[in-house]
Amino acid sequence: MTIKVRIPTQLRTLTGGAGEVGVEGTTVGEVLKALDAAHAGFAERLFDDTGELRRFVNVFVADEDVRFLEGLATPVAEGQTLSIVPAVAGG
Amino acid sequence: MDFVSGLRCRECGRAYPAEALHVCDYCFGPLEVSYDYERVAATMTRERIAAGPRSIWRYADLLPVADPAPVDLGAGFTPLIRAERLAAELGLGELWIKDDTANPTGSFKDRVVSVALTKARQLGFKVAACASTGNLANSVAAHAARAGMESVVLIPHDLEKAKVTMTAVYGGRVISVEGSYDDVNRLCAELTSEQPSWAFVNVNVRTYYAEGSKTLAFEVAEQLGWQAPDHVVVPIGSGSQLTKVAKGFAELWKVGLLDEEPSVRISGAQASGCAPVATAFAEGTDAIRPVKPDTIAKSLAIGNPADGWYALDAIRTSGGSCASVTDDEVIAGIRLLARTEGIFAETAGGVTIATLAKLAAQGVVRSDERVVALVTGHGLKTVEALTGEVGPTTTIAPTLEAFAAAMGGDSLSTNESDARSTS
Repeated sequence: MTIKVRIPTQLRTLTGGAGEVGVEGTTVGEVLKALDAAHAGFAERLFDDTGELRRFVNVFVADEDVRFLEGLATPVAEGQTLSIVPAVAGG
Repeated sequence: MDFVSGLRCRECGRAYPAEALHVCDYCFGPLEVSYDYERVAATMTRERIAAGPRSIWRYADLLPVADPAPVDLGAGFTPLIRAERLAAELGLGELWIKDDTANPTGSFKDRVVSVALTKARQLGFKVAACASTGNLANSVAAHAARAGMESVVLIPHDLEKAKVTMTAVYGGRVISVEGSYDDVNRLCAELTSEQPSWAFVNVNVRTYYAEGSKTLAFEVAEQLGWQAPDHVVVPIGSGSQLTKVAKGFAELWKVGLLDEEPSVRISGAQASGCAPVATAFAEGTDAIRPVKPDTIAKSLAIGNPADGWYALDAIRTSGGSCASVTDDEVIAGIRLLARTEGIFAETAGGVTIATLAKLAAQGVVRSDERVVALVTGHGLKTVEALTGEVGPTTTIAPTLEAFAAAMGGDSLSTNESDARSTS
């Protein structure tokens, strides 16, 4: 199942400038691992030493923060978009 | 010429040039402005400040952009008012209100926007944008108009009416988004990647923008005769203002403008319907769990505060506290401040005053401290909150008899000299 992933400016050096890429996966964790396999470097940017999302990385599935869902275990469905967004914004 | 030496990631320490960057490319940590403090100390004196404009720009040496003609409507240098009647009601000693309702568009946001758009213009941006709970929208629209920039302001659809009008009147684009502030914020964070030629004041130029809040600390110290207070109570939305107030006092000491090293306790104020920082403080954890806000204090309704962790850290290391108050307490806070000191605050000010009252009752804010409470927005912005709470004492026919009947049982104070002359 292909999931569309939106990439923020800060990480587009890893995707050759692309703002959107498609990768396979059935959960948020799987999608992000597949993203790292396709474009090396994502994992160390997104995850801390314990394998959790870094404090300042927000991930949204269908515009909902995965911290309100099941975190990395959140299921993703065909046609949904996953967004990686720097948390430091607003206020 | 400014004294900025560059930007630095607060998390991993990586250095960046002073451009339109707000997070570290590597760890997404926030970037912080670094200054050459030795050069600032050699330049910035109390006399130089006193000779400067009566605005935030008197402190330009500690701001991240130098411009002889900044984007300016006169933000800052607002009154610091001794609040003796409020202090007496709360059982406090020396209490001051920093009255930031007096800013050009009625909130502290004019401080940060004046800095952000001055820097944005220097960086070559032609469009000013933001995600806003209302006060920022007002200020960005006004300052963009002043600067001749286009503006695109994104707000949640359920904002107070005055905040929408006070934004739209300036003629820029106002985009009402069907969602919460956190939804609007996420949208703007994504839009920043798609519209790199726009200056989103609280996204891609946020590093500079946030520095404007330091001027609250600078002014308080100058207005107290170049002394820092013992305790400051600050409302928390994103948490940025609180961290910058802490930074402001520390910087004044660093560049030699204070005689004594400041030891300022900083306490945070939140609404119970959106209290992720107060909850983490109470639970003694470092983890800020995002929440879905439900409060009348819409200007503080940020469920996923960007600087929450740093605000929590500043509170704890300063020996301060953090508490939250219900919507009823917020309204009581607005009315208490108005009744005792003649200052009409918006709901966020009600949060600050109600939290101050709560912390005073708990003995956390003490009567032997010199205390400053930040009242950051004007009450006219959120009059809806007082619907059914206040109104005419009575309604009468335009006759002396009706007036006498209405006032019959009401004994107001008598003017003493008049009383003597008629006796």
